[in-house]
Amino acid sequence: MSVTSLPIVEGNGATSRMVTFEVFRFRPEQDSAPTWQRYEVPCREEWVVLDALNHIKDHIDGTLSYRWSCHMAVCGSCGMMVNGQPYLSCKAFIRDFPDLIRVAPLGNLTVLRDLVVQQDRLMDNLQAVKSWLMPAEPPPADQPYRQTPAELERYRHLSMCINCMLCYAACPQVALNEGYLGPAALALAQRYNLDSRDGGTFERMQATASDEGIWECTFIGECSEVCPKHVDPAGAIQQMKLASSLDWFARLLGKGGGS
Amino acid sequence: MSAPLYQPRLPRGWWLAHGGYRRYMLRELSCIPIGLFAATLVLALFRLGQGADAWLAFRAALATPPAIAWQVIALGFALYHSVSWFTLAPRTMPMVVGDRKVPPAWIAAAHFVLWLALSLAILLIVGA
Repeated sequence: MSVTSLPIVEGNGATSRMVTFEVFRFRPEQDSAPTWQRYEVPCREEWVVLDALNHIKDHIDGTLSYRWSCHMAVCGSCGMMVNGQPYLSCKAFIRDFPDLIRVAPLGNLTVLRDLVVQQDRLMDNLQAVKSWLMPAEPPPADQPYRQTPAELERYRHLSMCINCMLCYAACPQVALNEGYLGPAALALAQRYNLDSRDGGTFERMQATASDEGIWECTFIGECSEVCPKHVDPAGAIQQMKLASSLDWFARLLGKGGGS
Repeated sequence: MSAPLYQPRLPRGWWLAHGGYRRYMLRELSCIPIGLFAATLVLALFRLGQGADAWLAFRAALATPPAIAWQVIALGFALYHSVSWFTLAPRTMPMVVGDRKVPPAWIAAAHFVLWLALSLAILLIVGA
């Protein structure tokens, strides 16, 4: 691929830097195996990797496929591997990378086309762990469902998850065990376990404490390192292991457990 | 979906890919020297049970340069494991007091202080 012929408009003394992008291409209708395609992109100082991809799509090669929406680290659609590490491409500033940037689809996940991965693994697992409120008793019918700031503080950070799947791309256990529920689904299960209005912990445990759940995690901790919302799934999973062990001991001692 | 899909494979050397994975592998590997050192302690009890001569011979063997080198390596791994474990403690056992989370550094510090205090207590008892 040659350099785009369309000039970049330089305003207010802004300068551009020529960066080579090696982009993962997989077009199922024509490619039997993925290939790497090179693009030379004049990048502005304030650009993120997503800006460069949009430049490629608009000016160089309209066939490149990738997901994005908000461009402000809220929607969680634009996750991809940038030089081998998972990033939201709208949050990966080009100025922090060398002159050769490799962009690939999120690791460990099935690739549909180019940088677009299949999201089924997270969606199916969110259902498997029942990541929704299962009230212990019927919620109040005619007034708000109250919660104190302290009760909110217990799970608030876990509720920040934007389902971007960067944690799945960072976790080797996700690749090694196809059935593993994975960091985000388990963290969101714990989000509801810790909710003062919820009574579904035991029901969720049927999935979360199964052979495909928390015990598959070996606390590598990379899921939390790459999380753009500081959810700390690794921490949540260790807390679930502790709760599950205590539940097991309670049963052993005939103290019931089950909550 | 009828179109073919691409399923990536985890490369064999995935754990060499970057610092986070390497530090994790080192922490996992620390179980081998720590386990072997535990076996050394069991052997010490066994030799003690065999009488004074066996015990003194065992102690002399432990004082040879290769044995000391081995103990230094085991100590290094034990320290690495303990420090990394206690550093992670605030994430496994977070606490909310009042309406606020307890700062993670405080929880980690409490673990380190307790570790130091218990180590000193054992040193005093054994040394006495």
